[in-house]
Amino acid sequence: MSLVLSVPGFLASEPVRIALAVGGGAALVCAVVGCATVMRRQSFAGHALADVSSAGGSAAYLLAVNPLFGFLGMAAAAAGVMEWADIREARERDLLTGVVLGAGLGLAALLLYFDATVRSVSGAAVTVLFGSMFTIPASIVPLALAVAAVALAASAIIHRPLLVSSLSADLARAQGVRVRAVALTHALALALAVSLSAMTVGAILATALLIGPAAAALRLAKRPVSAAVLAALIGLGATWGGIVLAYESFYWTPGHGWPVSFFIVTLIFCAYLIAGWMAGRPGTRPAAHPSGCEGP
Amino acid sequence: MTDSSMALAVEQVCVALGGRRVLRDVSFCLEAGEFCGLIGSNGSGKTTLLRAILGFVRLEAGRIRLAEQSTGTGLIGYVPQKIALDPGLPLRARDVVALGLDGARLGPALPSRARTARVDEMLQAVGALEFAEQRVGLLSGGQQQRVLVAHALVRRPRLLLLDEPLANLDVRSTAEIVALLRRLSREYGAAVLLSAHDMNPLLPAMDRVVYLANGSAVAGRADEVVRTEVLSSLYGYHVDVVRVHGRVVVVAAEASEQIHAAVAHNPEHTTAVP
Repeated sequence: MSLVLSVPGFLASEPVRIALAVGGGAALVCAVVGCATVMRRQSFAGHALADVSSAGGSAAYLLAVNPLFGFLGMAAAAAGVMEWADIREARERDLLTGVVLGAGLGLAALLLYFDATVRSVSGAAVTVLFGSMFTIPASIVPLALAVAAVALAASAIIHRPLLVSSLSADLARAQGVRVRAVALTHALALALAVSLSAMTVGAILATALLIGPAAAALRLAKRPVSAAVLAALIGLGATWGGIVLAYESFYWTPGHGWPVSFFIVTLIFCAYLIAGWMAGRPGTRPAAHPSGCEGP
Repeated sequence: MTDSSMALAVEQVCVALGGRRVLRDVSFCLEAGEFCGLIGSNGSGKTTLLRAILGFVRLEAGRIRLAEQSTGTGLIGYVPQKIALDPGLPLRARDVVALGLDGARLGPALPSRARTARVDEMLQAVGALEFAEQRVGLLSGGQQQRVLVAHALVRRPRLLLLDEPLANLDVRSTAEIVALLRRLSREYGAAVLLSAHDMNPLLPAMDRVVYLANGSAVAGRADEVVRTEVLSSLYGYHVDVVRVHGRVVVVAAEASEQIHAAVAHNPEHTTAVP
């Protein structure tokens, strides 16, 4: 199959331009917030927030409001509950996260049912759960970009205190870091990131954009800032690459293109495999010291 | 002790956690540059005492005074127990030390020559310069301890607290870390309070010992404190302080008879009960 993409035609399409802008913003924010999330071992919490936000997205269709508000509201509320509980032990935390996740998805099931029966919004379920980048309304773009800017600014502000906190909460506290305030700020940035991600690739796949590029970058980078930059490049590359391929796919199966989310998630998965292969090559990683002995 | 050389004064401190009395009337002082072991078995209150000094737990009674220069937040150097440094963390040894310098500040760090110089100097002081560029999670236990000590000392605190820093280290790394801390406490004029369940690696280095049992403490020079009468009175039952092949062992009466018998019977093959 040949690439029949015409660049001017591609960029002249308004849905494409909106997808590039909102998708790019989501990818950037998810990469930066995702690195911190993976380092704090909160990947499961990130996944749960994304899934729970689907209840908000479904409610937005029911109330006929901007779906980003729905995703945002629900993700922020769930993040607040999970941080407010302030559970230190990992197992307890996972249990709470699982319970919140279950409750949120149950609510989403009810609201999606109402979307279909009461409001007769066809395809709401697919859009909420799996995303539909080419149908994002233009009215969302300024809000989406503002949300992205706030999340990036918050991540930059708490950059150093969050790094110390991920080493050890006590270590950070002894240094004068306000550990709970930092954790709460990160949880809210995480909520903003997953709701943007849910808006673009859907609530179910939002984790892929959050965790995938970060996990790939953390396999290769030795420093926190280079990890964030690398994750951003992978996320942007996969998102924009996915949009190009989805646009292209209209010509593969004439009349209906393939879902953008599929391409984005597949590209991220490939990036993760490639990063693993690169990290596994000898010389790219310093060898671990198996014993406690060291040189003089 | 003059007030100017005082680094830490713990005065009749009592702490209760969840209704249980964990520390009872604990008192001792540390002077600048002193190296002090905080000795006790698991559950004797060592970690709680360190956390009380850091201000993490509320005192039920008593008070804790610090040197004036270290009363601001975050001016106590601290190496917590059992930090799991994940091999996946994208932090080099150098980055961890830099976070000790200004990790509480907001915003990303801007490149600065003065900052790099201070970090280099600290890495040099703990002998960590040669692995400064490696991911900290891939270093050995002894190397990680050096990095954490550098993290704690880079702001030149007057007081350095270490919670079981010798746990999980092999014999050689243990001796090296003790010697390092002993030297740094003198060079930097910082009082070092280090908790351990085994006092033996610290005996050659300690200026002072705080011995904790069941939440009560005795403090003083090691030869004053580690004695049969003193520790028996602290434990509330008879214990023997036994010296076997240069090691000091504190044992309950019955076990000590067995040790004496074993030493008398076969002096070459004695295993000390820690």
